[in-house]
Amino acid sequence: MGELLINTSGAPAPMLPFLIVSLIMFFAGVYGFFTRKNLILMLVSVELILNAVDLNFAVFNRYLFPGQMEGMFYSLFVIAIAACETAVAIAIIINVYRKFGNVEVDNIQNMKE
Amino acid sequence: MEYTILILLLPLLSFLAIGLLGTKLKPCTAGLVGTITLGAVTVLSYFTAFKYFTAPKVDGAWEAFPAYDVTWLNLGEKLHIDLGILLDPISVMMLVVISTVSLMVHIYSMGYMKGERGFQRYYSFLSLFSFSMLGLVLATNIFQMYIFWELVGVSSYLLIGFYYTKPSAVLASKKAFIVTRFADFFFLVGILVLSYFTQTFNFTELMSGDGSIFSSAIGASFMGASALVWAMALIFIGGAGKSAMFPLHIWLPDAMEGPTPVSALIHAATMVVAGVYLVARLFPIYLGYTPEVLAGIGYVGAFTAMFSAIIAITQTDIKRVLAFSTISQIGFMMVALGVSTSMHLNHGDHGGLGYMASMFHLFTHAMFKALLFLCAGSVIHAVHSNYMQDMGGLRKYMPITHITFLIACLAIAGIPPFSGFVSKDEILTAAYGFSTGMGVWMTITAGLTAFYMFRLYYSIFWGKEYKVTNGHTPHESGRWMTFALIFLAAITVVGGFIPFGKFVTADCVPYDIKLDWTIAAISVAVAVVAILLARKLYKKENEKPTELATKISGAYKLSYNKFYIDEVYMFITKKIIFNGISRPFAWFDRHIIDGAINGSASLTAWTSEKIKSFQSGSLQWYAWVFLAGVLLITILAIFV
Repeated sequence: MGELLINTSGAPAPMLPFLIVSLIMFFAGVYGFFTRKNLILMLVSVELILNAVDLNFAVFNRYLFPGQMEGMFYSLFVIAIAACETAVAIAIIINVYRKFGNVEVDNIQNMKE
Repeated sequence: MEYTILILLLPLLSFLAIGLLGTKLKPCTAGLVGTITLGAVTVLSYFTAFKYFTAPKVDGAWEAFPAYDVTWLNLGEKLHIDLGILLDPISVMMLVVISTVSLMVHIYSMGYMKGERGFQRYYSFLSLFSFSMLGLVLATNIFQMYIFWELVGVSSYLLIGFYYTKPSAVLASKKAFIVTRFADFFFLVGILVLSYFTQTFNFTELMSGDGSIFSSAIGASFMGASALVWAMALIFIGGAGKSAMFPLHIWLPDAMEGPTPVSALIHAATMVVAGVYLVARLFPIYLGYTPEVLAGIGYVGAFTAMFSAIIAITQTDIKRVLAFSTISQIGFMMVALGVSTSMHLNHGDHGGLGYMASMFHLFTHAMFKALLFLCAGSVIHAVHSNYMQDMGGLRKYMPITHITFLIACLAIAGIPPFSGFVSKDEILTAAYGFSTGMGVWMTITAGLTAFYMFRLYYSIFWGKEYKVTNGHTPHESGRWMTFALIFLAAITVVGGFIPFGKFVTADCVPYDIKLDWTIAAISVAVAVVAILLARKLYKKENEKPTELATKISGAYKLSYNKFYIDEVYMFITKKIIFNGISRPFAWFDRHIIDGAINGSASLTAWTSEKIKSFQSGSLQWYAWVFLAGVLLITILAIFV
């Protein structure tokens, strides 16, 4: 695994920093998703997780399979789908706000009963 | 003779119609529907009897044949339960008895029950009872008999508890049901044992043939007796329960809580003789294969007859006197069956006399005992009390009741020419033929019968003058009631002249009744002495009965308290069965059975309480768990 983390293709930048950034973004997203009670902020956290994944796709494609483009396209797909997802989520959140007057998850217990 | 099915269907329909329409009918309409239906049944029964006894005989004997037969349940290769109608001399005779008494009771009740709450219910139950009783006697097989046997039990229960707001009636109906049902359990076991070995329920199949059908039952033995002896003894216990034989007689006196016409119909004339009928129905088996059981039946009957006659002497409730008298008379019928030693009656062999005498006595007893009860009902109707001390001198107020009651008393006491004389004389002849001891025992019982009946008669109609209180004068009952009384009294007068032996004998061969004048003279003399004694003691109000009671107060108390049999039962049930068996069972049920169920329920509740937080619905918590799981698996995958 070690050789994957160093520059073998003669590219100017090493791969590891990108992955570290992606890792930080991912866990920041996970942390935000777990701790935030506001729906908007939870949505933001999910977007952060998705962006970390996008970055991973791009980095692995660029460093491991430089002649191919699948990873890049997947990133584009994920961005498009994330946009759709956001739109849907925002719509739901607006409805939740209309019904409950706020968007704090702890206050939304009615569905359970 | 397929129309005989109508004899069963009509009362059933009447029961359904009156029972379902219930209060929508006017009481009078309901009563008329029931009575007219029963009238039709009576006409059909008489017609059947006429047709049956005018049909040609086969080999000089009346033929037994199923007039109607359908297979109801197939239980295997050979065993099947049928429903049908068996016509033979005793079933046809019973048809006549039941329909006559039932019709009279229906007519009588139109007057007696007038204005009672639940008049329609009363008539629907009467129809149900008539249906069940007719089905019982017409049964072609022992299982059908058992079904109807239970049906008469339940209709008896319903009618005893007719006044269901009265606690004593409720208790009495419960007692009657439980005691007879307890006996019926043995009956069922007996049926099952018998049918297991013989592979049939059918009476005709059981009776005909050379007895090879019983060989396996005789071969099998259990606790020193063959399976057949067990089966027949168990079946007799069922009969003893219905027929109130000692020690299962305790329900019958209490059953007098029901309306008096019901007592006349069910607890005097018809249902209580079902046990006698059962023994008579299975008589060839008892006689041919289990003579020891038959002898046992005779001894049980003899003991019961004397025992209840002694109790009847001291009772003060007139219906209870009649109830104990009924038990005693059924004892006579059982004795008559028990002392029979042969199927045959002609050609010098008189062993079968008891069978004929038993059936004859059943017939005459049904008529005069129903009459006695209906008279008692008429008296109770007039004075509004069941107790002798509230009566006396009623002959002036109720002439018809007085005369008919006297006729019935003379009949039961065995005074010629009334019907009871002939039938009782035949029983005594059969008893003397069996053994002198049995004959003397039964003669003494007959004397006691005459004594307590005339004690009853003099206490009601003579004795002290009736005190007219609150301007209430006792008066003769209405036309409905007196008609029934007169009709039954007429049968009681002429019943003895019926050539009964021509129709009903054990082997169905006609027989001419010959009176044994020595025995007749003895029994009449005993009866007359007993009547004169009762006349001396009770005709005029005097101190002699009280003096006599104090002189033999021990015996008097014993008899007055019915030999404490009820108390013995209470002791056995309450102290021994309830404490010794029921309580441990109740404890086991409450603590072990219920404990296990409750324990598993609370275990579930406890577990749910503990794991409730897993289903919090909080998505973020789920995600945490999910992530922790993923991390754990990853770590395991990498390092293990």
